[in-house]
Amino acid sequence: MPIKKIFTHSAALLALTATSFSTLAQEVNIYSFRQAFLIEPIMEKFTQETDIKVNILFAKQGLIERIKREGELSPADLVLTTDISRLVKLTSQDLTQAVHSEVLNKNIPSQYRDPDNQWFALTTRVRNIYSSSERVGAVKDITYQDLASPEFKGKICTRSGKHPYNVSLIASIIAHEGEAKAKVWLEGVKANLARKPQGNDRAQVKAVKDGLCDYALGNNYYLGKMLANPKQVSWAEAVSINFPNQKTTGSHVNVSGVVLAKYAPNKENAIKLMEFLSSDVAQKMYAEVNYEYPVKVSVQPSKLVASWGTFKADTLPLAEIAKQHEAAVKLLDEVKFDL
Amino acid sequence: MSAFSVDSSGSFQHLIDTVLFDYTVNTLLVIAGVLLLSFCFALPSAWFIACCDFPSRSILQWALMLPLAIPPYIVAIVYTDLFDFSGPIQGFLREFMHWQSVHDYYFPDIRTINGAILVLSLTLYPYLYLLLRGAFLGQSGGLFQAARSLGLSPFQAFKRVSFPLARSSMAVGLSLIAMETLGDFATVNYFAVHTLTTAVYDTWLELGSLTTAAKISSIMLLALVILISLESYSRRKQKTYQRSGATHTDLRFVLTHGKKWGVLTFLWSLLFFSFILPLSVLIYYALGYFSESLNTQLWQYTLNSFWLAIIVASLALLLALLLNFYQRLAPGILSKMTIRLSSLGYAVPGTVIAIGVLIPFTSLDLWLNRQLVEFGFSRVGLIFSGSLFILVFGYLMRFSAIAVGSIESSLAQVSPTLDLASRSLGQNVGQTIRRVNLPLIKKGMLTAFILVFIEAMKELPTALLLRPFNFETLATYVYQFVSDEMIEYAALPALLIVLMGLIPFIVVNRLLEKDC
Repeated sequence: MPIKKIFTHSAALLALTATSFSTLAQEVNIYSFRQAFLIEPIMEKFTQETDIKVNILFAKQGLIERIKREGELSPADLVLTTDISRLVKLTSQDLTQAVHSEVLNKNIPSQYRDPDNQWFALTTRVRNIYSSSERVGAVKDITYQDLASPEFKGKICTRSGKHPYNVSLIASIIAHEGEAKAKVWLEGVKANLARKPQGNDRAQVKAVKDGLCDYALGNNYYLGKMLANPKQVSWAEAVSINFPNQKTTGSHVNVSGVVLAKYAPNKENAIKLMEFLSSDVAQKMYAEVNYEYPVKVSVQPSKLVASWGTFKADTLPLAEIAKQHEAAVKLLDEVKFDL
Repeated sequence: MSAFSVDSSGSFQHLIDTVLFDYTVNTLLVIAGVLLLSFCFALPSAWFIACCDFPSRSILQWALMLPLAIPPYIVAIVYTDLFDFSGPIQGFLREFMHWQSVHDYYFPDIRTINGAILVLSLTLYPYLYLLLRGAFLGQSGGLFQAARSLGLSPFQAFKRVSFPLARSSMAVGLSLIAMETLGDFATVNYFAVHTLTTAVYDTWLELGSLTTAAKISSIMLLALVILISLESYSRRKQKTYQRSGATHTDLRFVLTHGKKWGVLTFLWSLLFFSFILPLSVLIYYALGYFSESLNTQLWQYTLNSFWLAIIVASLALLLALLLNFYQRLAPGILSKMTIRLSSLGYAVPGTVIAIGVLIPFTSLDLWLNRQLVEFGFSRVGLIFSGSLFILVFGYLMRFSAIAVGSIESSLAQVSPTLDLASRSLGQNVGQTIRRVNLPLIKKGMLTAFILVFIEAMKELPTALLLRPFNFETLATYVYQFVSDEMIEYAALPALLIVLMGLIPFIVVNRLLEKDC
């Protein structure tokens, strides 16, 4: 018996020293690809309303590997992503579980949910083309395809092609036009770049302001963020925001979203949080604080975002686009887009 | 190559067909550039400090190590902000020269391979400086004087006596720099330069091919091991031992006017660009955004970083001592391999190390929990991979190379005849180590401790991926803002990283001064 006793004691001790996740306390654990400070206000609101504590672990890479390795012991309840490809990757690697919730189904339109209820989009964001107000003005009819035409030579700025936002755009072009045409297009865009892909989306807008280029690819919410930042407001004021492909396929739209982890230890709380994130309160906050488009139809975008006008979005299912993710990454290597 | 192209998804072949060549060239260029430039920074400064006398020498001798305390990714952002088109430098030039747009003049682009090389060299040269200065100081002045009296010019004496004697330290310093450069993803990536490390990330995290990623990593490491082994093979017959304590203040060259100003300009410019300038920019931002960035958690993050660094530095020192004495007492292929293997982690990017240590420890946790359940106990959760244990382990994997290297180079200076003398006087192995070896390498031990401490303060990717919930270090906190290029909000915590890194410098300098 003493051996068993020692064993129990040391196990208990180990459990104490580890950052253990007791199921007694009301909490929910999130692995987040999004910076914690962006979602903290929303989580604080949730804690206020429910008394459930939200723990966030933020990293931009490797979280999927971590959750996969942790297996049935993973402390993660939810994973928040900033793009569709990771939602699909989590699902296809069997790291998620289905959520059957009336609330989620009511709040989130069906094109923004997985048909098998494995992932749910929370906000949408458009991949816009920003143009220099001073040198070209607004260009309402511009398309992504235009970016490859010779008259744009030396006028385009973008962040690394390998960034999920760009990979997803390229994947959508592959989904629409096939790989061969997409490759010709990507080569054309590369030939038109004003400089090697670098920096983030904001840095491209800054480059337009500085006169380094006339057009830049960037997500819509960065414009709102820059207008709210004293140092960056002058960058934002130097550009017009354009919604591409309005007369053709519609603008490429990506999503931020959430999955319930397969082995979520706090499943009930996690679903509560998912439902909260799709509710009017949270959707409104996403819209007002982060300038994203809420997925819930009844919630309006912020005044500023609404002032950019309505737009036609690409109707191709996101899952179809996500399927081309790997092909897009390889295409980027083939045309040496970032080099 | 055929052995390599057999692959789960053909992604290695894909890389060969597309970008592998460019990535390899970039990798070699970055490493060669950083080694060359660091060498040009470190060798003259180490020699001037060790062998010449001029005003402010006593300040410069430790100040030249300070750049180690600033994370390279911070310096990268600061330099980009300063030198890109809308930065103050070009802004001033435009105003001054009445240039209108980007097309009116040429200014070197900072976000290039050259920018990456410059920033990495400015932050990494202190490793080489530190080791070379130690080597030059340790050389007895008598040797140099003897060479001079035999008719050699100061330069010839340097080339034929001082320099060869410092070669082992130089090799250690350069290989540390090469490894750190290979392992640095953030800085190089920030400058839009793509290296083999990019390929490791892409294949692993985007294309999901662990095998390809592992292959590229192992090829990189293999190349490095071959290089390091070649170097040590080339001086296999060279054995030099020093009597330490032979300080030679009176033998320092007193520099005359022209030379004095030349040396002072060189050393102070180096210090300015590598430390004073980036630090000033951080202070400027930190003051400007003080109220926005000051919050109650900052103190907790500082403590977290500090204790983590202390623990890691102590363990790394212990590990380094064990490995080095094992090598000294039982020299052979096995002990040599152990030392080399233990050092490789430093050349691997933090994220890769992080996932690399996750694999065994999550497996261990899973096994342990299943065993417990089988024997009727309740689960204990991820006691290894979900706690600080794995974080400390990951850091150790990454940084033990630094400790092993500095102990190795200082132990190499202690002649084995001392061990033999001690043993013949009746001391056993333990006593010899404690009473002879350890006191002689005290400086090397302190150096090892500080260097690991500072690296641990700065480390980002390992911490980002391996930390448990609700555990932030200063570096992970800084990253939230820096990853969105909002350096202003990150300046205060970044400044704290630097200041914390300076503490052990000051403490150790005090200790060493008392000693002399």
